[in-house]
Amino acid sequence: MCLGIPACVVAISDEENCLALVETGGVRREVNMLCVTDDTRPLSSCVGDWVLVHVGFAMSRIDAEAAHRSLELLAALGEMASELPAMDREPGPYEASGE
Amino acid sequence: MSVGVPMKYVDEFRDPQRARRLIAAIHALYPAVGRPLQLMEFCGGHTQTLLRYGIERLLPEGIEMVHGPGCPVCVLPRERVDGAIALAARPEVILATFGDAMRVPGSCQTLLQARAGGADVRMVYSPLDALLLARRHPEREVVFFALGFETTMPATALTVLQAARQGVGNFSLFCNHITTLPTLRTVLDDPDMPLDGLLAPGHVSMVVGMQPFVRVAAHYRLPIVISGFEPLDMLQSLWLLLGQLAAGRHEVENQYARVVPAAGNTPGLEAMARVFGLQAAFDWDGSVAPEASGVRMREEYAHFDAGRRFPLPGRQTTMPAPPQCEQVLMGRLHPQACRHFGSDCTPAAPMGALMVSAEGACAACYHYGDRECCA
Repeated sequence: MCLGIPACVVAISDEENCLALVETGGVRREVNMLCVTDDTRPLSSCVGDWVLVHVGFAMSRIDAEAAHRSLELLAALGEMASELPAMDREPGPYEASGE
Repeated sequence: MSVGVPMKYVDEFRDPQRARRLIAAIHALYPAVGRPLQLMEFCGGHTQTLLRYGIERLLPEGIEMVHGPGCPVCVLPRERVDGAIALAARPEVILATFGDAMRVPGSCQTLLQARAGGADVRMVYSPLDALLLARRHPEREVVFFALGFETTMPATALTVLQAARQGVGNFSLFCNHITTLPTLRTVLDDPDMPLDGLLAPGHVSMVVGMQPFVRVAAHYRLPIVISGFEPLDMLQSLWLLLGQLAAGRHEVENQYARVVPAAGNTPGLEAMARVFGLQAAFDWDGSVAPEASGVRMREEYAHFDAGRRFPLPGRQTTMPAPPQCEQVLMGRLHPQACRHFGSDCTPAAPMGALMVSAEGACAACYHYGDRECCA
């Protein structure tokens, strides 16, 4: 019940009731957009945005930059982790050269 | 997702190669903490990810994951299910609820069994679908059996506001929402359950923001990381927790920034505040009573409160849940250490909600417990 699904807003379906059509994994559904819109971010600006959908409501606009930063951090962390065992090893004759 | 279509913001956070590297990073960092740790994931969605991907068994031996009480149907007292069944038994009522709630045992039966016995119980995906049912059946009374933590509360509140705006008179809520912080504090105040760190629920945080957890971290001197739900999210969050523990910090970090804004969701919080107030006490599973975690509808919306519109049965349960359920719910007993687990309590014949819901620790252990790591 607490799990949400990321979906892309493909069309505004009902301006008056703040509804939009979203698509995820090939499935389309109408969702309520009240929680992700306000004066600065009107419904009309949402098409193409990714939102997290819970029980028929878009509850958050997914921040593409934050997602990207998270993945970059993970990549950097991965590189660090793969270097750690190497740091523990005695350097062999060819490894010490920094090649 | 079993759909064979790539899922943006999902697949990239399930990459096995990155997961292996993160696990190596966790193992490299753990000696800097240098003591056994009990870390809790509060949310049942997190429990599911941990078990489904076999993450627990890949962690350093000294790290024990304690499964928290964040499963909406698991914290539901049996008499609430009895109440829903009593409502559904009224000839004028259509009772609508989420699929998870339909298989939770009440004192005598589940909503699914009540439906087989002739009650009009409908499974809906959204509270808005329940409202639509009410508009389509003006001659009936549609009651939405509303449950969940703050993740689903804005949706329920906005549905009530819409019903009020549209003047739908035959729609009401059987309100069984529960709030996270009092529930969490009950766990943290338990002297038998000393915790070293907490993975905070990402989707509750998306609504309530970081601030409530900042107070918890300061009060309990507890490192907290708000975490997403994919395997890489959880591994990164565990790594961040270890970093705090190694440095002796106790702060709130937001691993799930792509979804969780620091201030939470303002329209959602406003809608909740308009429709709901806090209830003094809400027993869950019979005996545990986290102060004020229950939620009550405000007087202005009394007309939409099924609890006030229809008579409900008393609070006594004829058959309480087994006492082990509460122990497991509070993280004191590991699901597999329960004597009923897998013998007289299985997903096909559950003794308690923990064995029913996808977010229940027992069901997750049952389905994924022996699974090798998929990462």
